[in-house]
Amino acid sequence: MTPPREGFKALFDPRGVVVAGASTHPGKFGFVALHNILSQGYAGEVYATNRDGGSILGIETVPSIDDLPPDAVVDLVFVCTPASGNEDLLRACSRRGIRAAFVTSAGYGESGEDGRVAEQRLVALADELGILLAGPNGQGVVSTPSRLCAQIVAPYPPAGRIGVASQSGNFVSSFLNYAYQSGVGISRAVSAGNAAALTVPDLLDFYASDDETDVSLAYVEGIADGRAFAERIRVVTEQKPLVLLKGGATSGGQRAAASHTGALATDDRIFDGAMRQAGATRAANVEEAFEAAATFATQPLPRGPRVGVITTAGGWGVVTADAITRSSLDLATLSDSLRDAIDLLLPPRWSRNNPIDLAGGETRDTIPEILSLVAQDPTIDAIIYLGLGIQSNQASLMRNGSFYPDHGIERIVDYHERQDRRFAEAAAEISQTFGKPILTATELAIADPNNAGPRAVRETKKLCYASSNRAVTALEHLWQHARWREQHGLI
Amino acid sequence: MPFAEERIVSSPDEAIEAAEKIGYPCVAKLNGDRIAHKTERGLVRLGLQSPEAVRDAVSDLFGAARPEDGEVSVLVAPMLRGARELIAGFLTDEQFGKVVMIGVGGVLAEAIGDVAFRLLPLASGDAESMIDELKTQSLFEEFRGEPAINKDSVAIVLNALSNVAIAESNVLSVDLNPLIIVDGEPIAVDALVEILSGVSK
Repeated sequence: MTPPREGFKALFDPRGVVVAGASTHPGKFGFVALHNILSQGYAGEVYATNRDGGSILGIETVPSIDDLPPDAVVDLVFVCTPASGNEDLLRACSRRGIRAAFVTSAGYGESGEDGRVAEQRLVALADELGILLAGPNGQGVVSTPSRLCAQIVAPYPPAGRIGVASQSGNFVSSFLNYAYQSGVGISRAVSAGNAAALTVPDLLDFYASDDETDVSLAYVEGIADGRAFAERIRVVTEQKPLVLLKGGATSGGQRAAASHTGALATDDRIFDGAMRQAGATRAANVEEAFEAAATFATQPLPRGPRVGVITTAGGWGVVTADAITRSSLDLATLSDSLRDAIDLLLPPRWSRNNPIDLAGGETRDTIPEILSLVAQDPTIDAIIYLGLGIQSNQASLMRNGSFYPDHGIERIVDYHERQDRRFAEAAAEISQTFGKPILTATELAIADPNNAGPRAVRETKKLCYASSNRAVTALEHLWQHARWREQHGLI
Repeated sequence: MPFAEERIVSSPDEAIEAAEKIGYPCVAKLNGDRIAHKTERGLVRLGLQSPEAVRDAVSDLFGAARPEDGEVSVLVAPMLRGARELIAGFLTDEQFGKVVMIGVGGVLAEAIGDVAFRLLPLASGDAESMIDELKTQSLFEEFRGEPAINKDSVAIVLNALSNVAIAESNVLSVDLNPLIIVDGEPIAVDALVEILSGVSK
């Protein structure tokens, strides 16, 4: 059963939140949850219950939900109370018009037979009361449009267009940490815990029609009904890209089977085929999953597989060409007209081939000009740009050296940093102008995130890829999905 | 689904008669509802060049039948030659229902493990995307003097499997193994069909 939409509104954009079971002890979830809601800019009303009353973090607590002020407007309850009292709590919440509950409490389905029974009762009650129930045993919900950080873990990510849904709370944290590091932000994130009522597919369904979300990113494991899951995924991907990371890929190995087909039919192979068929993007690991989602969120879909590589140094280009050749992308062949046009901008020693190796022949404006020439060429579908930040790296060494700012060093440091900023901005603008992906890759993205190049990429709201092969992997995911959309008449 | 021409015989004399019509070289296989894996039991005789060879092989095969095999016969078929083999089939999975498969390698398929699955029914383009997903794409190009594999013909086999799986709810699985590539075209030379018995739907 798909939860009603108003429940999602209450979960993600509540007018007010009450933390049930707030604690005075800063190590307890009931304290951390209240702290995170209050400290990250949530603008709605915040209330808290505590058996003994008193003030926590400046909030005057009340002993129970029934004691909330009569004029309090609360849509979401964040539950940190022991499982035994939660049924009464939900009934009280219902009386106050609360439409969504996030339950962190443990002691449910994860803890044996009694817990399973309690969980079923809680789900049935929430259903009867018309309350959207997330969890139990979940870590929380994040919703950047409302600056809501209702979770018992960090971090609060930058705002963006990725919707995260996970059965494992720690994977939500992992994805949010990557968002924090890369600057490519999050719209909503939910750690579904035991997913007793609100499931990962329910969340993906919501994200598919959520105006704040452009791409979904999900972690799943132990899927009970593969065919039903695949059918729901298909509905989501027809609307928006979806990146999936699945745990347990290597479990459930070969089965005893009468046929050869049966012997080859591992759970993972069938799942993989089902997800390809449904148009989902399946990532092999956590960073690949985040980077694919970040690329969907920040780059246009390529209209074809032909990639142009622009590099300021030969070796980087060669390795990138190798990675493209190993993928389902194509290393574009330069058209004569593009080659002639580049000839006019560079000394004859440039590679005259793809990768377009500038071979140190660039002057002040060459990189933006070549990015623009390549992007507008009809034989190029996407660009990978290498070499950003290399001059700022030297600038950084000079700025921190003992000769700074004398001997003309200050002026050259400023110039290099200004140039790298300009290149990153040009890449973003040209991508936008021609509707083609331009991915910038440099290890400085992690080796020195404060380098002017990667920093400027972050400021343009794009992902700066830590290596060219990671850029190739992300771009290949976009191309695969673009092709799927095309084959299904969705572009 | 393209199959090699086969004749069912019940004696060495009938086998020779069939071989004369099919032409040499030919193959002979012991056939029975309870015999699943012929190669593993040595029940396939290849490259039979003459009536004498057919007689010896077929006599041997009938001699190799075990009581638990039940009623048996011998299949006589032309000896198809091709350097490449594929495997195709469908099965009924507990989680995903009926799923169709294409794989590289025929009898070596399980060791190679280069396979692609899709849920049934296949939609337009699904069969083609399965074939493109296989890692050993070089095998589909011109190979050792043989033409490229006609991917459209392979797609037809997959769509035919999909149609059978949907139309015949009591057929649990079908194994076409190997699909030998002859002049670029896939031809099934052995099939294993698993039927749910005693239930009509």
